[in-house]
Amino acid sequence: MSARSDSASLEGEAEGFTVPGPKSLVWCLLAVLLAGIAAPWVAQGTDLSMMWPEAWHIPIQSWITDFFKWFGNEAGIGPLKVRDITRALSAALEVPLEVTEGILFRGLPDWDIKPLPWVVVVIGTGLLGHWLGGVRLGLFCALSGLYIAVFGLWADAMRTLSIVLVSVPVAALTGLALGIWATRSKRAAKALGVVFDVMQATPHMAYLVPVVVLFGFGQVPAMMATVIFAMPPMARCVILGIATVPADIIEAGRMSGSTRRQLLWKVEIPAAHQTLMLGLNQVVMQTLAMAVIASLVGASGLGQKLLFSLQQLYIGKATEQGIAIVLIAVVLDRLTQAWAYRAPHYEPEDKPWWQRHRHLLAFLAVLVASVVLARFLPALLTLPKELTVSVGKEIDIGVRWFSKNAYDYIGPVRDWITVWLLLPLRNFYLALPWPVVFLALGYAGWRLAGVQTMLLILAMVATIALSGMWEPAMMTLYLVTAAAVLCVLIGVPIGIWASRSERVARGVMTMCDTLQTFPSFIYLIPVIMLLKVGDLANIVAILAYAAVPAIRFTYLGLRRVPVVTNEAARATGCTPRQRLFKVELPIAMPEIMLGINQTIMMALAMTAITALIGSRDLGQEIYKALPGADTGRGIMAGLGIAFIGIIADRLIGAWAMKRKRELGMLD
Amino acid sequence: MTDASNDVKISCRNLWKVFGDDPHGFLARHDGAPDAAAFAESGHIGAVREVSFDVRAGEILIVMGLSGSGKSTLIRCITRLIEPTAGQVLFEGEDILSASESRLIELRRHKMGMVFQNFGLLPHRTVMSNVAFPLEVQGIAKRERWERAQEMIRLVGLEGRERNFPRELSGGQQQRVGIARSLAVAPDIWFLDEPFSALDPLIRREMQDEFLRLQKMLHKTIVFITHDFDEAVRLGDRIGIMKDGLLVQLDTPEAMVRNPADDYVAEFTKNAPRERIISAGSIMAPAPTGATAAQAVAADTRLGDIAHRVLTSDEPVPVLGADGAVAGVVTREALVEALYGANP
Repeated sequence: MSARSDSASLEGEAEGFTVPGPKSLVWCLLAVLLAGIAAPWVAQGTDLSMMWPEAWHIPIQSWITDFFKWFGNEAGIGPLKVRDITRALSAALEVPLEVTEGILFRGLPDWDIKPLPWVVVVIGTGLLGHWLGGVRLGLFCALSGLYIAVFGLWADAMRTLSIVLVSVPVAALTGLALGIWATRSKRAAKALGVVFDVMQATPHMAYLVPVVVLFGFGQVPAMMATVIFAMPPMARCVILGIATVPADIIEAGRMSGSTRRQLLWKVEIPAAHQTLMLGLNQVVMQTLAMAVIASLVGASGLGQKLLFSLQQLYIGKATEQGIAIVLIAVVLDRLTQAWAYRAPHYEPEDKPWWQRHRHLLAFLAVLVASVVLARFLPALLTLPKELTVSVGKEIDIGVRWFSKNAYDYIGPVRDWITVWLLLPLRNFYLALPWPVVFLALGYAGWRLAGVQTMLLILAMVATIALSGMWEPAMMTLYLVTAAAVLCVLIGVPIGIWASRSERVARGVMTMCDTLQTFPSFIYLIPVIMLLKVGDLANIVAILAYAAVPAIRFTYLGLRRVPVVTNEAARATGCTPRQRLFKVELPIAMPEIMLGINQTIMMALAMTAITALIGSRDLGQEIYKALPGADTGRGIMAGLGIAFIGIIADRLIGAWAMKRKRELGMLD
Repeated sequence: MTDASNDVKISCRNLWKVFGDDPHGFLARHDGAPDAAAFAESGHIGAVREVSFDVRAGEILIVMGLSGSGKSTLIRCITRLIEPTAGQVLFEGEDILSASESRLIELRRHKMGMVFQNFGLLPHRTVMSNVAFPLEVQGIAKRERWERAQEMIRLVGLEGRERNFPRELSGGQQQRVGIARSLAVAPDIWFLDEPFSALDPLIRREMQDEFLRLQKMLHKTIVFITHDFDEAVRLGDRIGIMKDGLLVQLDTPEAMVRNPADDYVAEFTKNAPRERIISAGSIMAPAPTGATAAQAVAADTRLGDIAHRVLTSDEPVPVLGADGAVAGVVTREALVEALYGANP
């Protein structure tokens, strides 16, 4: 079969792009297409609806809601109620949070401690940046802090930062412990793997609903959600890092006579240092993203301010706040990355100690000087309002001017796309008969990955249908499909372009890195600014957030085509065009598909966020579930998104693995 | 071997390592000795099959085999880095396979040292700290272990590199660190798992000389794994050849070259440098009466060292026996026969 698909993919230019899987799979796709188009006509005039019949719904949602109500209020072992446990947990997180907030901006009046002067925080971050990554990073960190202070966002930024600073150690340590457990027990590894799969495919917002039920609204529930959400990547990196420590190193450790504990702490964990640090980087980034979104459950900070601005369409203010969030994200990302990639180095002990601890001493000097000076110059302690600036009004005027003048052009384009492309696609999905969906997905799962995957997929689709989420799920699918197609159409060519030139590649990759550090919330600002509210706005927001993997994996896939293969193609007399379509793209296809896979996952996560600017998909279900703490609805909608993601992941992943094996590109 | 068995350091008896779904059950079903057909049928893989041998004190025993022959698995079974399926490994008479985890750690801390193909250095530690690592896990105080590590670093010729990190060293230097680390606890037994295979040919040669120099000083008992027959011949006192998990032949290089057990072994010995392996004593003919001991050579002289003399002089070259008297002579015909065989 491999030989057949190989030749098929080389037959013609168009073939280079098709998925060279089993032919029957292509027929299967065509059948789905036909069914979707034919369904409205067949169903016309009859009462034969192709939607999942309502009578078949199972009240899973209310079961879950009731369970959480009972769990949060009455459940308990003997006299100890779950409610007491959640209260204790809240208290345990509240104390460090209050101390951190107190130090950063509020002060601790109980102990008569004033907050750190903002200057100290700004310069301190700068020094940290300089220590970890050199002058440029140091300057960037300090200037970012300065921006936040000057634009009057200091207190809000410090609120958000406090959530991050307290959540990160908790999430990282929990992740570390779980990861170590997984490396010690095969059964734990398997169970955790499944749980993490679902957790990571579930969008941020879905975590907020049960948390509200158990912990109420405010900063602490936000932190609970943050910790739970940010923990899996850390655990994953621990598992991966320890698993990839070279066997030689572990054996050397064992032959040196290490006990199990020594082996773990002195050999495995230090040798996996870099992967662990990248895990920490992910924890920090996820924490920040969650801290921003947690404004939906009443966590104050930059996220909340941004949410207000967006809801009231204060685009100018939203832009200022958005930039502050972006700056914090980039600073945190660059700092943790610099830390991860810092090679271990040796400080000769013959150097005097003040030379070895230059940065620490400089920080202490700034600290003392600022605290003393702040007594005479209170502006150093907190920047007074008169000294802050805002260009929000000016931006608003600009946006209004832009809308007035440009909307004559943008509007019709938007409407045309909506009417002629998006609405037909949406109607297609909504009209798709449910048996066809079951058959098509089951068949694809069976052909690509075997019976087990088929059963898993069918079970997931059935759960979505039974819980009454069919229509919003189809809406989600519609948004994701539209966005993913656009991502591919835009991302793949950019990836190809980058693979042709080092210089372009460097620019594009830097852009990708930066885009990926932004919390998803941010992408709503420019979209609303340009397109107003509507399906197209949603899709463009998703596109902006999710295009990065399509670009990155296309580039990497093409770069991994062996040089020899390329030279052979050139020696055969291929034109550059032929080389691209007949040689490079077919070989890079598995990698590109993995990129598309990730794009779909990110697009799914983003659909939940775009619910904030209106939609009818699963994300909206979560959003609606929040204020009433309607746990069942929120969880099932979140799981629905997760299931769609897992189905796409299993199918595409299985195909890519299979193809890679056929190409001999697995090691 | 015939004399006291108390100079046997390690003794392997019927050692098995079977990979598969149910290794123990599989062995039991075949009375502990399945044949190749049984393996093929059940889908189990016999990485080490019924291997028995002794390592004597102070000798260099080389285990040679191509990749997949089971040599790496064998050394890991002896050190119990992996658990053998069946059999016995005696270490100075003590059964290692039934040793408790803590006893095993004890043995590794004081009696064994091991060098790895890809060095196995800890990337986050300096040369000094890597070499001192086995002492650190024993809980030896920093000053003492650094002194000892310094000594080892000097021994392998890496002075001045103490504060470098592994990534800053060349392959040969990294393996010197690996060697220093394995010697830091002054082990009785030294395991080397393809220590020079990852190095360039020139460096490999240099490291082999270094290895011989060290052994001359240290007199360790050595189990050395390699896939390179030339290396085996150059370094080994005895060589064991493995194929598909079986120990095909265990002999001195000379005996192996002269009498390969089967075609597989013969394939390796075919291109061996016979003039550096075969000794005068093994091919000598009875001395004619009245042969004088003048200009006689010792029995263990390699043929390469006397070939010129034998071929250019008309007289056969006399060979001295252990008693100092002439034990025999090497004739031109015998030399040609031994080096080039009776080629058709």
